[in-house]
Amino acid sequence: MKWLFALMSAMLLSAGVIAAEQPDELVKTVTDEVLTIVRNDKDIQSGNAKKAVALVEAKVLPHFNFMRMTQLAVGREWRNISPAQQKTLSEEFKTLLVRTYSKALTEYRNQAVEYKPFSLKPGETEAKVRTLVKTPNSAKPIELDYSLEQNAGAWKVYDIEVAGVSLVTNYRDSFASEIRNNGVDGLIKVLQTKNNSGGDKK
Amino acid sequence: MFAAAVFLAGCATSGNPKDPIEGFNRAMYSVHDGIDTVILKPVATGYDTVLPDPVQTGVTNFFSNIGDLMISVNNLLQGKVGDAATDLSRVLVNTTVGIFGIFDVASSEGLTKHDEDFGQTFGRWGVSEGAYVFIPLLGPRTARDTVGVAVDLWADPVTHINDVSVRNSLLALRAVNTRANLLPADKVIEEAAIDKYSYIRDAYLQNRRNLVHDGNPPARAVDE
Repeated sequence: MKWLFALMSAMLLSAGVIAAEQPDELVKTVTDEVLTIVRNDKDIQSGNAKKAVALVEAKVLPHFNFMRMTQLAVGREWRNISPAQQKTLSEEFKTLLVRTYSKALTEYRNQAVEYKPFSLKPGETEAKVRTLVKTPNSAKPIELDYSLEQNAGAWKVYDIEVAGVSLVTNYRDSFASEIRNNGVDGLIKVLQTKNNSGGDKK
Repeated sequence: MFAAAVFLAGCATSGNPKDPIEGFNRAMYSVHDGIDTVILKPVATGYDTVLPDPVQTGVTNFFSNIGDLMISVNNLLQGKVGDAATDLSRVLVNTTVGIFGIFDVASSEGLTKHDEDFGQTFGRWGVSEGAYVFIPLLGPRTARDTVGVAVDLWADPVTHINDVSVRNSLLALRAVNTRANLLPADKVIEEAAIDKYSYIRDAYLQNRRNLVHDGNPPARAVDE
């Protein structure tokens, strides 16, 4: 019996270690893992969107807080939206972001990522992990920053900034004007149409 | 006359403080998108397909090296003497060891490439952005950056080459190469945006603010 207890506490302990992983380590582990897979997968490289999306869903998605992302993108209207609508909206926004991210992954696979120095004060629940992405077609590396917050012991990404452009707040104006003109359901509908379109139409 | 009418219609409809002439801009954006779809994008795609990647990188580096000269001037004007010196060292190394700038040897030697232009210099000097404008072929700009780009072109060594055919060929090559380098971004925007016009506008404005402040823009109030 004792060995079982030991085993279980070891498992709990390691789970605790994983959960307490520092934000910079988390970003690095996930990025390296995903890029290694992409570089070795001919299908994803030749633009297999389904496979890229599956990869992002399996490896990246669990580390993102989509409710918070959606809330940030919607802005002050968020509190006037019913919980059911909030949920639908964040599901649709998630689909859109996952597809965007997957697309970026296949388009920018030849990148090398550099991590800027990171420090975290004890007790801090918000963190920004700054990275530099080097691509062959630009001498100047692109800044890619991840904003994370600690939630129930685990760090989750709630915003990504590319060269100072927040992927989340960049939607704020188009979301706001859609809500203003057609209500929240109008916005949900726009996202659904976009997500079902295949996104490849010009 | 048509443009003026669209312009007035735009003034009447836009309620967005950061894009006061949105109606006009949207019209210009459609014009640009049309030209891009029919001419620029197909040419850039052909260029991208035909040219082997290392050659394309060489072309990018060649123009990037000329650009470093202007970046150095702008860093100097912004009082960043150290950065200006790095830019000049980059030009020296890349023009000689890097064979007329075709190879970016300087970057691998730790001389970091910067991104500066006259629009950023004016921003650094405290000139505010002014209204957002979308100019066909030139793309998104603010009023400040439109003046900036005019000065960039005026100061650009390539525009001062006396031989007209050499000058025009270089300008055309640079334009096509720049457009080709934007092809991946194109696909991502296509995937991401629910309204391409405002997506591009907001991304441009955020990016410029970030550039003016060299990667550390003052935090803006975020309401949740």
